[in-house]
Amino acid sequence: MKPDARRRSGRKATRRQFLKGALAAAVGGGLAGCDVTTREAFFHRRFKELSRAEKRDILERLERDYTEKYGSPFSVSADPAREGVLFAYALDLSRCVGCRRCVYACVRENNASRDPAVQWISVLELEKLKGVDIYDSNLYYSPEQVPREGHFYMPVACQQCRRPQCVTVCPVGATWQEPDGIVVVDYDWCIGCRYCMAACPYGARHFNWGAPHVDQEDMNRETHYLGNRPRYKGVVEKCTFCIQRVRRGRYPACVEICPVGARKFGNILDEKSEINYVIRNKRVFILKEEINTQPKFYYFYGI
Amino acid sequence: MQFYRFYLGSLKIVLKGNRVYWAWVGFLVLCIVVGTVGYLEQASGGLIVTHMRDPVSWGFYIGNFTFLVGVAAAAVILVIPAYLYQWKPIKEIVIFGELLAISAIVMCVLFVTVDIGRPDRVLHLVPVVGNLNFPSSLLAWDVLVLSLYGVLNFVIATHLLYCGFSRKAYHRAFVTPLVLFSIPAAVAIHTVTAFLYNGLPARPYWNSAILAPRFLASAFCSGPAIMIILLQFLRKYGGLDLKMDAIWKIAELMAYAMFINLFLFGAEVFREYYSGTHHLLFTEYLFTGIGEHNRLVPYAWLSIVLSVGAFVLFLVPATRKNLVTLNLGAIMIYGGVYIEKGIALVVPGFTPSVLGEIYEYSPSRVEVMVAVGVFGVGFLLFTFMAKVALRITQGEFHKDTHLGGPSRRTVEAEG
Repeated sequence: MKPDARRRSGRKATRRQFLKGALAAAVGGGLAGCDVTTREAFFHRRFKELSRAEKRDILERLERDYTEKYGSPFSVSADPAREGVLFAYALDLSRCVGCRRCVYACVRENNASRDPAVQWISVLELEKLKGVDIYDSNLYYSPEQVPREGHFYMPVACQQCRRPQCVTVCPVGATWQEPDGIVVVDYDWCIGCRYCMAACPYGARHFNWGAPHVDQEDMNRETHYLGNRPRYKGVVEKCTFCIQRVRRGRYPACVEICPVGARKFGNILDEKSEINYVIRNKRVFILKEEINTQPKFYYFYGI
Repeated sequence: MQFYRFYLGSLKIVLKGNRVYWAWVGFLVLCIVVGTVGYLEQASGGLIVTHMRDPVSWGFYIGNFTFLVGVAAAAVILVIPAYLYQWKPIKEIVIFGELLAISAIVMCVLFVTVDIGRPDRVLHLVPVVGNLNFPSSLLAWDVLVLSLYGVLNFVIATHLLYCGFSRKAYHRAFVTPLVLFSIPAAVAIHTVTAFLYNGLPARPYWNSAILAPRFLASAFCSGPAIMIILLQFLRKYGGLDLKMDAIWKIAELMAYAMFINLFLFGAEVFREYYSGTHHLLFTEYLFTGIGEHNRLVPYAWLSIVLSVGAFVLFLVPATRKNLVTLNLGAIMIYGGVYIEKGIALVVPGFTPSVLGEIYEYSPSRVEVMVAVGVFGVGFLLFTFMAKVALRITQGEFHKDTHLGGPSRRTVEAEG
């Protein structure tokens, strides 16, 4: 390290120490009863503002905590967005049969709470005669077999808007759009005011009304800080295109599980990607286009 | 030192009272205990103890918050004639409007605090220490204007009372600009709160340009309605020198405000029903219900009956100037606007949800308990402040009064 850089980082450290001290005095003994994790989370800034060293410390601490809590080795990564990547999604409405396998694959992959149940994908049952008429949809269909005669199905999750309303309204900047287009939530910064839930036109945001619960043996131990790591009571969460997978070149869990191949995903900037092919060769539409959220989640009729 | 005596004297006034006073204070303390028990339950179990869920993610708490912002803003209806037109009878009671505003702001802050999932992270809202998303988030605007308005009223009220205590005339050069500034500030808190809903294109029920004007119009009804009743209480139990002229004037202003409120409401109803788009669903849920889902319908109609009825009572001079019908009208307005700006504003915005789901919300036991506690805090604060203010305005409490004498220790400290 250059002497100059070292001096600067040293000064930064003392200022941080001072701030920590001042804050500690302000908060008083209120945190004394909390465990180390809660106490440390209280003092660090938003994840995207942290230095590489601070991020590493936090990730290591989380891995230690989770490993202890869930019994076997736990990985918490913070893989950053890659240059030249913009993720997009397309869903073929002619193929979807409404089996909801994606819903449960998503829950398993992303460690969503089982009790109370949190699901990031909602599948709407729509009438063929009425077309995409969301206010006339049925979320709680349960026939013996799908698809039901005269109906079609429309899974809805986060539309990963280019102009995300949720990000605009968040009073503390706890949610933002990453360079690869994924809208993420910092679970350690969210205050749980739920303004984003009122603002989202797609019902994509979900709140931990109670303490989230996932059985130890069901826990997916490959996690991302901004994605599927265990959540807290009182914070908001949402679909991240399986950030822990897609930043390592894998498909989201919902794409993998879909038995009819209705789900397409990839880097829209890559001309050879499947998503790029769909955009070029199919006619796509987006949901609630009049709100001008400009989703990167497209629907199309493949057949 | 004199300010310390002001403080100590105020404390003594608050701690002295007859049996009615202590019964009232005891009742409010009981409310606060109920609220605390409810909140502890919520803090340990999470917001799952409320009936809010993902489809209806705001409810009773935020409804009460919205209503109380209106009450706080309405202090201005007393301030305008008092200071701009130097209208004597209102000027004497304007201090109580300001005290009501302070209490309302405190209740607003409490209602938001009990609604958030992580109150331990409230520092994230503080600029520099946290990360206030200003100017992008309307909630950030609300945090700023509400704090500003609260501080403003606190400073004005404290200054006026302290000058009364010191037997000095208040500093016009200091008070007048602050009072003038508090008028746009009052409009601002209600406008910003309306914009908080108004600015969400995802929710057609709120995404209407006349939402902010409607907020203001209804606030100009509900705030003074509370004042009319409180002032009579203060006259009866606190010996406030109240000129009925002031009350008639407030009631007349309320009649105009209610007319504008009803007119804007009518304009909204016409647009919704005549065009009959999908956006009508939310209004339909409120007034007729959708299928078997009709939990809000009786409240919606009650609100309309109360508001229209009160409008007639306040419009006709004979009923306006009759204490019985006047008070009846004030209670009706309070009830009408409490429903309109509370549950009937928040819940239909979410019902049906953005994905067409109908989840029928009504507050849970814990939500009602916590709300009772918050109102308890607000009323207790107002009771204490009004008690001190009464003694000062009546000239019974000033720097030379002997309120049972300063304690021995104080005398020594002074020496």
